[in-house]
Amino acid sequence: MNATLRRYIVFTLAAVFLLPLLLGCGSEHHFIKSTSFKGPNSIVITFAGPVDEKWATNIANFRVNEKTDPDIYLPVSNISLSPDRMTLTITLDEKLNQTSTHSLFMKGIISEGRDLGSALVNVKKFYFGYLLSILIGAMIINNFVFTKYLGLCVFFGTSKKKPTAIGMGITFTIVIVVSAMMSWFLYQFVLKPFRLDFLQIVVFIGLVSLSVQAVDTILRKVNPVLFKSFGVYLVLVIANCIIIAVPLILADNEYNAVESLMLALGAGLGFLIALFLMSSVRERLELADVPPTFRGLPIAFILGGLFALSFLGFSGMSLF
Amino acid sequence: MKARKKTNSQLFFNGILKENPIFRLALSMCPAVGISTSVMNGILLGVAVLFVQVFSSCTISAIKNYIHPRIRIPTYTLTIATWVTVIDLMLAAFVPAAYKEMGIFVKLIVAFAIITMRLETFACKNPVGPSFWDGVGMGLGFTFGMVALGLVRELLGMGTILGYDVLGFRPLLFFVLPAAGFFCVGLMMAVFNYMEIVYNRRRKAL
Repeated sequence: MNATLRRYIVFTLAAVFLLPLLLGCGSEHHFIKSTSFKGPNSIVITFAGPVDEKWATNIANFRVNEKTDPDIYLPVSNISLSPDRMTLTITLDEKLNQTSTHSLFMKGIISEGRDLGSALVNVKKFYFGYLLSILIGAMIINNFVFTKYLGLCVFFGTSKKKPTAIGMGITFTIVIVVSAMMSWFLYQFVLKPFRLDFLQIVVFIGLVSLSVQAVDTILRKVNPVLFKSFGVYLVLVIANCIIIAVPLILADNEYNAVESLMLALGAGLGFLIALFLMSSVRERLELADVPPTFRGLPIAFILGGLFALSFLGFSGMSLF
Repeated sequence: MKARKKTNSQLFFNGILKENPIFRLALSMCPAVGISTSVMNGILLGVAVLFVQVFSSCTISAIKNYIHPRIRIPTYTLTIATWVTVIDLMLAAFVPAAYKEMGIFVKLIVAFAIITMRLETFACKNPVGPSFWDGVGMGLGFTFGMVALGLVRELLGMGTILGYDVLGFRPLLFFVLPAAGFFCVGLMMAVFNYMEIVYNRRRKAL
């Protein structure tokens, strides 16, 4: 691995991790600075300026519901305004399910005598943490190779030697991020509006081959050195089930753009981790005395089983 | 006429034993590890793969003269994807419960290496008839592998076969755990290897 390559990888990773920081903040109404959950059953809203106390303490002005059930309003028990009249705490009767997004409707916000109009804002958990949990989830807790058993053909084919394993892992990560983002875009803006969901398999597999071809062409022109070391793995990427599984999961779960990016990246890095672990064991296996019937793939499968058992230890873990 | 029939039956058995997709060619391992927890799953996915394999083999061998060699892989992929969509919608309509259990794997048939590989090595060089028999053989070979794995895992894990209680107790619950799929496939491959070694030794002795 040369220095240019390493620089490229560091840049990509840094960009990917910083992106959600920029996109994650902000709310939908210009007067509302931020919203967040507090304690088991409260929501805190910070305004850009002081609001009218009479408006703020009137329970009828606020409606809270889970975003997935827009017709079930959660009863509000108490509202309190901070002394500087900029922070409002809404307490609800029941515990909030903080893993799902809540909608908060505020009718006719009044600030210093002026009516600023109604606002509908989303309240969700610390967004960066949520994204990170998707990333780590796809990477380790629900590792695609060891807990979902996908992509095994390529996994056993390319995990014989460490350099091959790393090359395949990195190439795969790049291609999966590109193709997953493209399929997410196409699914959300073309397939769904025109009710062509049933075509998803055909469209996604077409997109995958297209993006493999695109990465191949671009890499060949832009960075021939990189192409020389990773070009051979590009063909293998199409035969990997993970690359078609990720767009299907994205389509099923209705993730947004950043969440999709995180899942795709997690799947790619998870595959890289799995390949690296497996290849470091298989390199040692070369020196071991394996019974002749088990030589080659059978012993590799037994090893895979041991890894899968150890990854079972991560199951049920949740972050944030 | 008689000679051709023999070729067809050879093609047919070739896929089941000599070039079994799971244990000999070591292709399409994901479903073999992932959902071979019961015989029923094995049969259903096997039938789905058989369907896709036979129909895409026939399609490709029928239109092989019209495909430009440079775009043959994308053509294969799209043909397979079309047939996978057909079987996916059919399973979802007729056996919704089993379809739910198999989850994403039916859709993933599109990425199974075995189907593309048969199209590339066989269907694009042979007429429709032999391609059909090759597809049937490969599909049945895959089904046989899945059922064999399912039988071992269901019997050892749950003590049942096809849902009927056979043993009356559960010998090793470990085998229905997903991780055991790797062990089962590894052991089965070792058994096939052992059979080959013994077979070769006997042939040498003769």
